Amino acid sequence: MIGGGIAGMESSAHLAAMDYEVTLLEKDSRLGGKLLKWERLFPTMRLGSEVLAFLNQGVEKHVAVHCNTEITEIHRKAAAFHIHTATGRTYEADAVLVTTGYDLFDARKKEEYGYGIYENVITSAELEAMFAEGKPLHTADGRIPKRMGFIHCVGSRDEKVGNVYCSKVCCVTAVKQAIEVKEKHPETDIYCFYMDLRMYGMHFEAMYKQAQEKYGINFIRGRLSEACENIDHSVLLKAEDTLSGRPLKMSVDLLVLMVGFIPSEGTKAVGKMLGLEFGVNRFFKTCDQHTLTNVSNVPGVFFAGACTAPKTITNSITDARAAAATIATYLEGKAISARTIENQK
Amino acid sequence: MKKEGKEQLWKDYQKEIADDRYFYVRSCVRQNFFPGSETAFLKILQEELGKDVYEHPCHTTCTGIGYHADVVPFDTAMTVVARQFAIMTESGYHNLVPSCITSFGLYTEILETWKHFPEVEARVREYLYKATKRDFRVPENLAHASDVIYKFRSEIAAKGKFRLVHHETGRPLKVVEHIGCHYAKMFPDKGVGGAEYPYVLTGMIEEWGGEVVDYPERRHCCGFGFRQYLVQANRGYSMSCSHKKFESMEPYAPDLILTNCPGCPMFLDRWQYAISEMEGKTYGGDGQGIPVFTYEELAGLVLGYNPWDLGLQMHQVACEPVLDKMGIPYDAAAKYLDKHGHSLGQPLQPQKLKV
Repeated sequence: MIGGGIAGMESSAHLAAMDYEVTLLEKDSRLGGKLLKWERLFPTMRLGSEVLAFLNQGVEKHVAVHCNTEITEIHRKAAAFHIHTATGRTYEADAVLVTTGYDLFDARKKEEYGYGIYENVITSAELEAMFAEGKPLHTADGRIPKRMGFIHCVGSRDEKVGNVYCSKVCCVTAVKQAIEVKEKHPETDIYCFYMDLRMYGMHFEAMYKQAQEKYGINFIRGRLSEACENIDHSVLLKAEDTLSGRPLKMSVDLLVLMVGFIPSEGTKAVGKMLGLEFGVNRFFKTCDQHTLTNVSNVPGVFFAGACTAPKTITNSITDARAAAATIATYLEGKAISARTIENQK
Repeated sequence: MKKEGKEQLWKDYQKEIADDRYFYVRSCVRQNFFPGSETAFLKILQEELGKDVYEHPCHTTCTGIGYHADVVPFDTAMTVVARQFAIMTESGYHNLVPSCITSFGLYTEILETWKHFPEVEARVREYLYKATKRDFRVPENLAHASDVIYKFRSEIAAKGKFRLVHHETGRPLKVVEHIGCHYAKMFPDKGVGGAEYPYVLTGMIEEWGGEVVDYPERRHCCGFGFRQYLVQANRGYSMSCSHKKFESMEPYAPDLILTNCPGCPMFLDRWQYAISEMEGKTYGGDGQGIPVFTYEELAGLVLGYNPWDLGLQMHQVACEPVLDKMGIPYDAAAKYLDKHGHSLGQPLQPQKLKV
C-alpha cells in the first residue's frame, strides 16, 4: 500500500482481514492523511477523529505500517515489485495499491483573490485548522468577523487555472463551515458565492436548507471576479449576482476560499516510477470509468481513493473496500479478475 | 497587505528586456496629451544612458485604437504592424520598443497569434509583399518603453538629483501606480509583475524613494476604455470609472499618480477638472487635484530636468505640489513660455480646482 490516508488504511484493513500480508508505506509521521486536519465532517458534524479511530481498528496489529517512508524507486523483478525507500530499505510485493490521494489547490494561483497578499483571505483548510485547534475565529488583527464570505470552486471548474473538473466536496464543506461559524458566532453575517450548489449526497440538500432557514446564511449565485483590500484591511468583493442580473460589490472582514483537489505530488511521483497512465485531469487514469475503476494500466498495480478523482470520505472508504476485493481476486488468480471491457475513447 | 506575497508573485513574472539597440515607435496621441514624455524618453536613453535608440521617419500608427474600437479589422492591423517590423528590419534593429501601451498589447497579440497560427503570419507576409514589396523579421525582443525605464531604474536613481521623498521631512511620497489595461491584462506573462499586481511602475517608485499605495479600485480602468470615451454617448461611463478610482484612492491621500499608458494620465488628469466643475469635489489637499505623471516625466524630474521642458505645464492638475515636496526648483513665471521665451498664452482658471 502506497499512502496511509483513508483509502490506504481501509484497503489494508480488509486485505489483512483476508489474511494477506500487508505493508503500508506512508511518507508522513502518522496515518490518516488529510483526515487528520479536518475537525468535523459533513453532513453529520461527526468528529474526523472518530472516523480515524474506526479506520485504525482495522490497521492496528494487523498491518505492517511504516511511516516517515519516502519511496525513491519501484521496479518489477519477475512477478514481484521491489519498492526502494530513502532509508535504503526494499520491500517486495506481489501487488501494489496506490492510494496517494490529493493535494489542495494552491489558492495563490487565483491571483485576483489575493490569497497570501491580503491579510484577511484564508483557505477552507486554514479555517478548519482554526476549528481543530479550538482557536476562536478571528481576523488578522484578532477581531471576531462581523461579515464573512465563502467563495466556492476556487481552483475547480476553472479553465483559467487548468482545472475543469468539480472537486465534489467544496460546496457542502462551505455549508458545513458556514454553519459552524454561525453556531460559534450567531452575530456574524455569512455570504456564500457559488456557481451552482452540488448537493448530491444524502442529507446534503437538507443541510443546505437548514443553513438558509435556521442559520440565515446568504447564498449568492455568482462567481467572484476579484477581491481587493480596503484601508481597514477588510476585503472588498466584486461579483455578479446572476439571479438578480446585477453587479455586486460588498466588503467582508474575513474571506474563505474553498480550495479544490489537485493530484498530489506523491501521485505524480509514484505514477512516474510505475509507468502509470494519467487522465486528462492529471489524476490517475483507471482502466475503465464504469467497471475497472480500481485497475491501472500496469498489471498488479491498483488504485483507491482520491488519486483517481476527487472523492468524499464515504466514497474513498467504499472505493478502498472495492480495491481490496479487486486485489484479492487478482492475487488468487480468479477468473473474475481477467474480465475485460471494450475500451472507450 | 503582505509585501512578501507580492514579491513571491513578482518572481513568476519576469521578462527579458533588451539592454540596447532599440527601434522606437511612437504613440499616436501622447505627443498631444503629454508632449514632453517621448522626448524625455529619448533623452534619458540616449544622453543619460548612452543607448542606441532609433526611430524611423516613416513609421506609422499601429492602428491599435481603431482595432480596439472595432473600426480596423485584425488583418489590416496585422499588415500595418508587419510594415513596422519591415522598416525595423530594414534599419538593422531587432528590439522593438513601443511608446504606447495599446501598441504594445497589439504587437504582443499579433506575435502570439502568429506563434500559434503560422498560416496567419504567412498570409500577412503575402499581404505586405503585395502592397509594399517588403519583407520582415519578427522582433527578437518586444518591450514597452516603461519596461525599458524599469530596467534602468537603478541607473536613473544613481544619476538622479531628486528623490520621491519630502525634501523637508524625509517622508516617502505616497504614489498611486496605474497600469494601462493593454500592458498585461491580455497576456499576464508579458508584463513585469503580471496582470494583477504589476511591478513595472512599483519598481520605479520604490527605487526612486516613494511608497506605493494599493487601494481597492487599483485594477479598475482609468476611464478611457476606448469605446467608453470614443463613443460620445458613453462618456458619462468614462467619467464614472475615473470617479470610482478617485473616491477609492482618496482615503490614502496619495501625493501623485504614476501611469504608463497614453490614455490613463489623460483621463485621470483631465477628469479631475471635470469632476470638480460638476461635483465641486477635488481629491488633493487644499482644493487641489492629485498630480498625474507619465513614467518619463517622473524619471525626468528625478534626473533634475526642467519641469517645463518636460511639458508639465500641459497638465490640467497642477504639478507644483509634487515639485515643492521633492524640493525641485522651478520658475513659475516661465511656466507658459516656449523655448524661445515667447508666451504660449495662459489657460483659463477652473472654478473649483486650484491650479
